[in-house]
Amino acid sequence: MNKHAALDLKSSRIAGGIHTDQRHDSAHKHVTGTAVYIDDMPEPAGTLHGCLGLSTATHATIRSMDLSAVRAAPGVVDVLTAKDIPGENDISPTGRHDEPVLADGKVQFYGQPVFCVIARTREEARRACRLAKIEYDEHPFITDAAEADPKNPKLVTEPLTLKRGDAAATIARAPRRVKGQMRVGGQDHFYLEGQIALAVPGEDRDVTVYSSTQHPSEVQHMVAHVLGVPNHAVTVEIRRMGGGFGGKETQGNQFAALAAVAAKRTGKAVKIRPDRDDDMTATGKRHDFLIDYEAGYDDEGNILGAEFRYAARCGFSADLSGAVTDRALFHCDNAYYYPAVRAVSAPLYTNTVSNTAFRGFGGPQGMVGAERIIDEVAFALGKDPLEIRRRNFYGTDTRNVTPYHQTVEDNIIGRIVDELEKSSDYQRRRRQIAAFNANSDVVKRGIALTPLKFGISFTATQFNQAGALVHVYTDGSVHLNHGGTEMGQGLYVKVAQVVAEEFQIDLDQVKITATTTAKVPNTSATAASSGSDLNGMAAQNAARQIKDRLIDFASETHGVAKDQILFLPNRVRIGNQEIPFVELVKQAYNARVQLSAAGFYKTPKIHWDREKGSGHPFYYFAYGAACAEVSVDTLTGEYMVERADILHETGRSLNRAIDLGQIEGGFIQGMGWLTTEELWWDGKGRLRTHAPSTYKIPLASDRPKIFNVTLADWPEAHEPTIHRSKAVGEPPFMLAMSVLHALSDAVASVADHKVCPCLDAPATPERVLMTIERLRKTRAEH
Amino acid sequence: MTADASSVSTPWMALRDTDRPAEPATRPDTVVAVDFIVNGKPCRLELDPRTTLLDALRDHVGLTGTKKGCDHGQCGACTVIVNGRRTLSCLSFAQMNDRDEITTVEGLASDGRLHPVQQAFIDHDAFQCGYCTPGQIMSAIGCISEGHAETDADIREYMSGNICRCAAYPNIVAAIRQARDEMERA
Repeated sequence: MNKHAALDLKSSRIAGGIHTDQRHDSAHKHVTGTAVYIDDMPEPAGTLHGCLGLSTATHATIRSMDLSAVRAAPGVVDVLTAKDIPGENDISPTGRHDEPVLADGKVQFYGQPVFCVIARTREEARRACRLAKIEYDEHPFITDAAEADPKNPKLVTEPLTLKRGDAAATIARAPRRVKGQMRVGGQDHFYLEGQIALAVPGEDRDVTVYSSTQHPSEVQHMVAHVLGVPNHAVTVEIRRMGGGFGGKETQGNQFAALAAVAAKRTGKAVKIRPDRDDDMTATGKRHDFLIDYEAGYDDEGNILGAEFRYAARCGFSADLSGAVTDRALFHCDNAYYYPAVRAVSAPLYTNTVSNTAFRGFGGPQGMVGAERIIDEVAFALGKDPLEIRRRNFYGTDTRNVTPYHQTVEDNIIGRIVDELEKSSDYQRRRRQIAAFNANSDVVKRGIALTPLKFGISFTATQFNQAGALVHVYTDGSVHLNHGGTEMGQGLYVKVAQVVAEEFQIDLDQVKITATTTAKVPNTSATAASSGSDLNGMAAQNAARQIKDRLIDFASETHGVAKDQILFLPNRVRIGNQEIPFVELVKQAYNARVQLSAAGFYKTPKIHWDREKGSGHPFYYFAYGAACAEVSVDTLTGEYMVERADILHETGRSLNRAIDLGQIEGGFIQGMGWLTTEELWWDGKGRLRTHAPSTYKIPLASDRPKIFNVTLADWPEAHEPTIHRSKAVGEPPFMLAMSVLHALSDAVASVADHKVCPCLDAPATPERVLMTIERLRKTRAEH
Repeated sequence: MTADASSVSTPWMALRDTDRPAEPATRPDTVVAVDFIVNGKPCRLELDPRTTLLDALRDHVGLTGTKKGCDHGQCGACTVIVNGRRTLSCLSFAQMNDRDEITTVEGLASDGRLHPVQQAFIDHDAFQCGYCTPGQIMSAIGCISEGHAETDADIREYMSGNICRCAAYPNIVAAIRQARDEMERA
């Protein structure tokens, strides 16, 4: 008690305000093993455990299903099938009714959940699952985008077209043309903490679900929908996730819904935590794409027109594929101006798990298409790709309109790239590498510097809103809640810094609390890099409401003009006197002033007309650039990232320490996507890379040997964002394109840089080697 | 079904459980008694003999600091120290650890003072989501005590059994460097 007595009342700055490096709020708990994830919560007495029974056919009608042995197995309490769903057997997040909780009559991918066993222990539930006898009538299936009918493919959702000018005519008239196709692979999230839900039944129709989710409101809606109860009967809570990366935006719904159904049926708490293989098999991933591109350009390398078709393996249902493929188109320009452009998406139906959100949300796939065109143009003209990149950058006053007719108003890519080119010593190293390669037969080096511009906002305009709840207690301590979720990205501490700054109280006076639908309703997913932007503003709004009431109160009772009341660190100046913050709070309480407020924010300025392909979908853009150098063993295809230099910007950073972590981590995760992480389906439609033994995630030994990461200190958000900071979650992921292009550059050296390597992703050692062989052959033939 | 010849299962690929024939769902009648010392405290458990050390620690001893990431020995999140050696607790049956001395992340701090590796992880923000952190810390202690933390390259190589999906690797390596120097001085 009386902790406030120890507060520093003389300080000129609070401890833990904005624009300061603050540790992750759970740092001490993480290192002592006391941070509680859902699987660590003490289980209510009699908690039951669920396990999903997965289909063993890729596309089939269920002829018969005999679960008698499953029901009779030791410890089994209940077995759920589609007919046991009391409400809607559907968890389609976009309301398309195309995604059953449990397969009903037919299965559409290998590993689709068909039934769910509830048993006394997890082990018993898992063992019982094996005893199901299901007979299937199998149908033809497609698992790969290339197998889809190119003229009339089956789609999971409506495609999008973006166009400006007449791209086809411009390309036809252009002095030079290039046309090609690129493949870019998907990615498993491999959140270290797998999917998990713990449902605790309440009285009436109520249920509380602890769900490892980035989107508690959606879990609430889905659980209610599946149970057939009003949203008010369902409370969803999440304190922290052990990683999300987009994989817990919609993919937690299934586990939460089943746990809730089972909890209401049995009257017991039910926990479902799939094992890793089931998690990787039965939950969606990043979409892989097949990109067709064509461009017209001039002899200097100016792109005059570009056409793209982005076809994505979406899986058997839409999930978020519409928005993901839209975002791919939104980033088909990366940082480049196309005088004429046409881009279309093809969200393909495939008999694979339904793909979903993953950091960047289609944007990375969009950008690699743009970068491939740059590479093609550079090789055709015999120029450094960096020269072609720079030549095609968006302008500031002219050449500044995107394919979706939004004007780029905050362009700083030129300065970012110029500074990085200098700090990374790009030009000298490029010459050194050429000299090295001339004298090295087997090991070849390569270097590339790639830019990035990423649009910030949900492209579905309605999601760009947020709420927060702030209470000030009579001891001066503050309770903070908002709709954002913590998955390691440091959102909680950033929003707490905003509230501490607003009240001018030390950060440790602000209690960060678990996200719950009962405190802040109707929230958006913590996604699209929007967490701090939206929730920071909402929390600031709540704090300001309380502050305004305190100012009104102080002004009246002390007879001082409002502009003479100033919040100083842990104290308030009222006219000529200063009193501790807690004193003002106590006086206000005694005078019956409300010390709690719900805050709200909606992003201004944005709008989007999907039919017309035109609008202002992004509030602003985030910028960065990376320069990577690699060495490749041309006999094996193995490679090392020797060095990476990054210059990235987050406006006026709320917390540089947190942002740097996001940049480093995003780059390495992006590097995994473009290099070693390969998803592989066999001819039966089975995903065979469903564990880290067969799916290669970057390790400490894979990070660049030299890794220079700089947060630019000069930019500030062009728009009035929260304290002029910018989003950081997704943009750095795409810095890893520099690694793909450095590999491409190294590979190109085997053919004297005369042939564009057209290196697809992931550039596994195998694919690098095949590309080297192809280039050698092409070179020999000419 | 349109399966072709290339679909023949390849032996080096990990088989999913559902690819295997169903096992009888029997429970063994036997229960084994296991005695070990966890974080300095003697501990006696009666366990199904198939219980892993990880499940024994989490579900029976009640120490949930040690995490289950993949349950396959591939991610490192479950690393604990057994008789001074870093060990993947998901790959060890608890009964094989009878009479062993086990240290988990909960047993590192003493008298309220953090272990140098714990403190270094805080100092360097060597985590994001935190789920791999207990395993990273236990592995780091092993790495340092084995003498495998002499250079950054060594640290990266000998820590490569621990996946951090958030990729806080630069900070993890920096933390281990600091802790190594401090532990060597002590």
